[in-house]
Amino acid sequence: MNSIKIPFAPISKPMEASAGKTGLWRFLRPEIDVQRCIKCGICWMYCPDAVIVLDEEGVPHIDYEYCKGCGICANECPVKAIKMVREEGKP
Amino acid sequence: MKAGEVLVITSNYAAAYAAKLARVEVISAYPITPQTTVVEKLAEFIEKGELKAKMIRVESEHSAMASCIGASAAGARVFTATSSHGLLYMYEMLWWAAGARLPIVMGVVTRAIAPPWTIWTEHADILSPRDSGWLILFAENAQEVLDMIIQAYRISEDHRILLPVMVGWDAFISSHTAEPVSLPPQNKVDEFLPPPGLHPIKLDVKNPFSHGNLTYPEYYMEFRYLIQRSMEDAKKVIKEVDERYGEITGRRYGGLVETYRCDDAEHVIVTVGAASGDAKEAVDYLKSRGLKVGLCRLRSLRPYPEEEIVKLLEDKESVIVIERDNSMGLGGIIAREIASTVFIYDLPLNFASFIAGLGGREVSSTDVKNMVNIALHKFSRGVSRIKDVWYGLRREVLP
Repeated sequence: MNSIKIPFAPISKPMEASAGKTGLWRFLRPEIDVQRCIKCGICWMYCPDAVIVLDEEGVPHIDYEYCKGCGICANECPVKAIKMVREEGKP
Repeated sequence: MKAGEVLVITSNYAAAYAAKLARVEVISAYPITPQTTVVEKLAEFIEKGELKAKMIRVESEHSAMASCIGASAAGARVFTATSSHGLLYMYEMLWWAAGARLPIVMGVVTRAIAPPWTIWTEHADILSPRDSGWLILFAENAQEVLDMIIQAYRISEDHRILLPVMVGWDAFISSHTAEPVSLPPQNKVDEFLPPPGLHPIKLDVKNPFSHGNLTYPEYYMEFRYLIQRSMEDAKKVIKEVDERYGEITGRRYGGLVETYRCDDAEHVIVTVGAASGDAKEAVDYLKSRGLKVGLCRLRSLRPYPEEEIVKLLEDKESVIVIERDNSMGLGGIIAREIASTVFIYDLPLNFASFIAGLGGREVSSTDVKNMVNIALHKFSRGVSRIKDVWYGLRREVLP
């Protein structure tokens, strides 16, 4: 068994999750059409895994290593700029 | 030591004054009889500008505890209060607060559980989360409610403990009965309590962490052991805090148990809460009639004061437990705990236990005298074990 010392309370620091890179769970991949994006930030606000980051211009980028492909961003996008595309076995 | 102001207030108002003196920063609660006036008074303090705290209005007790958890994790000093069904409604969150090691103080105005609908005292509610990791303290009167809540912050926030604390008092008998209460001066309380926000495991956006992630079997047991270890440490901390509080107010309660006229006693009555006042009166009367009786009032139910009970009972003849609760299908909860101590430490004692005063039925000093007399009479006839006598049960109305 692992012998890493535990803290007083059951807290965890940001690191690769015990379940690994959860992006591997995804079978639908959100792809952002940057031309259509109006930079409203709604996808960033709604993402339950906080894997969308906005760059300096407010354009969203998705961290595919942890995006589970739930599709909430695509569903919430007011201008339909996010499309869910079937994964073809590529991570 | 400097005496403060004396007010004639109920236990509920005493709780509100205690939270104010502790300078709580966040209060989140949902109203329920007989707790309501605790939070009403706190809302009044905030409205008048006498207390600088955020009052979070919620739609349920589950949310009340959830918001206390969030605020405490962020490092705020928080307070809530509830009763009966409200406490049961937040049950899941209670375990969450303890497991996450968050210092939270909650007042619990003990009230029986429906159906049948009822609003009067019983200890079934506060005993329900006894395995959750909350410290469970219980006061006898308004003065002790005030003192215990202030002390609870120091205990809860102690870095050896970091566990939530509930302070109980009886519905109506305490909650709505006004008594003279001495308030310690604010500067003395400020000296006694550390400033809020010193929690060593506090959320910080610059140094992010998350609470309560999945833990595999190789570590879960160790986290549970840490809570048990802190409970053991709490026995020491409660006594230290009682002593330190005594230095600023002159009031000391004896730590985890209060003993009353036990030194020359052969028979010890065990009680919890408001009925202890009546039991003390019964002790005085029985002593005046030559019976060597004393009282042990449990101030801390968790941690359970095992060492104190062993020390107190090891040279006694008998123990008589009188309690306001019943574990359906087992019997008196406190009686079972005392009985386990009697067994484990092999104490050669007569043992009697009574269930009394459920749903707010009165437990008067005469009732206590009667129960003691029943027990001593049976002991004198060679019966050394009497368990779960439902005292005053009206058999004539049973179907």
